[in-house]
Amino acid sequence: MAVSDERSKTLGDFMMNQTIRELLGRLGGLPVAVTELEDSADLYAAGLSSFASVQLMLGIEEAFDIEFPDNLLNRKSFASIAAIEETVSMILKAREVA
Amino acid sequence: MTSAAVATDMSLGGRAHRVAAIAAEFADRVDVEGRFPHEAVDAMKAERLLGIQVPFAHGGEGATMIEIAEVCSILGQACAASAMVFAMHQIKLCSLVEHGGESAWHVDFMRELAGRQLLIASATTEGGIGGNLRNSICAIEIDGDTCRLEKDATVISYGAHADAIMITSRAHKDAAPSDQVMTVFRKGQYTLQKTVDWDTLGMRGTCSDGFLFKGEAPAVQMFPKPFAEIAAQSMLASSHLLWSAVWYGIAADAVARAQSFVRAAARKANGQTPPGALRLAEASNLLQLLKSNLLSGLKAYADAKVDPDRLSSMGFAIAMNNVKLASSEMILTIINQAMMICGIMGYKNGTPYSLGRHLRDAHSAQLMISNDRILGNTSTMLLVQKPDTSLIG
Repeated sequence: MAVSDERSKTLGDFMMNQTIRELLGRLGGLPVAVTELEDSADLYAAGLSSFASVQLMLGIEEAFDIEFPDNLLNRKSFASIAAIEETVSMILKAREVA
Repeated sequence: MTSAAVATDMSLGGRAHRVAAIAAEFADRVDVEGRFPHEAVDAMKAERLLGIQVPFAHGGEGATMIEIAEVCSILGQACAASAMVFAMHQIKLCSLVEHGGESAWHVDFMRELAGRQLLIASATTEGGIGGNLRNSICAIEIDGDTCRLEKDATVISYGAHADAIMITSRAHKDAAPSDQVMTVFRKGQYTLQKTVDWDTLGMRGTCSDGFLFKGEAPAVQMFPKPFAEIAAQSMLASSHLLWSAVWYGIAADAVARAQSFVRAAARKANGQTPPGALRLAEASNLLQLLKSNLLSGLKAYADAKVDPDRLSSMGFAIAMNNVKLASSEMILTIINQAMMICGIMGYKNGTPYSLGRHLRDAHSAQLMISNDRILGNTSTMLLVQKPDTSLIG
């Protein structure tokens, strides 16, 4: 892979990560600051309620202009910041192919 | 059929019907005295119904949710409190079977449960959480190989009569309220100090008193999975389906009583159709809807069971919520219809058409996890869930 591709992919990932963190901070209702959470931290253990997780899903759908299909609307897809990134990437990639 | 033939019917249905006959005999006394249905639960143990859900490999019968629902319905037609005790035990057992299979302690416990017919109670409610079982205030304390827990459990159904209690708490002292674990405590490993009396309109025999629970047990008795997963993947579905099966049983018996009332009236009516006949036709229509709703929920569970992602999906949770909402509301309409049909004979206690106990027991259905809470929960999920408009999917 060319260096420039690698760099732009990393930048895209970084921006997605920042957007998700910003939404999580605003909508997640967590008792801890989002900056203290690792990408792999269990969001449910951190205090993400099912109501807040829906608000977060709505925020992400709006921010990335996507819709989560039903098969991805489960606990696993939203278990961590990394899991959300992976879910969003999967939907974006499927859209590129389509 | 001779009594010898009845005694040899060892099918699940045959065994359930024998227990139901005993439960029916004591149902009014259990209700009036607000006492535990000892006779029915002893009969469940004698017919070895408590361990049916345990897999064959661990000494049980590997009964499916549909088979267990059928037993709940048969018992519900006889004594709703006995049926609800059975249903609540099987709901706990569902979590044990689905989430305990990889833990040696839990597998041994399953085996012993099937062998000795142990009864499991549940302690998920707590003073101060506002009825939301997905939050805990109390936290389990882990000290080496030992765990300790103290919980102000405002409801532990048949807690004083159980052989074990499955209890929720925060995972450790610094855990968020939603970061929960579930632990099995066996009789002898806890004390219960009664704090609240169960003196209620109906379901009086479940003896759902409140207790201050204090327990100490080996830490291996904690479930290795977070309670959030257990709640989503086994408790939600098994609760709504098995409760609904009990409620279906109450409504089915009410309609059966109304039907015998109308039939008796028709025999005396010299060719005239009795006035209750049309209402009976309506009640039978509603009962069929109730049954179809529950059966489609049981089918959805059987289909989803093979895929943990599907079990914890929103579409499935909404479907289970809808089963509960519809059945808990519809039984009241049905039993009320039956009461209109039977008239004063239904309103009075101690007649073959009495429906007072049915109606009082049925009123618990909308409150066991408040329908308002469930509607709120569904309405939140509908904000993101995509509609499935297929008929058979």
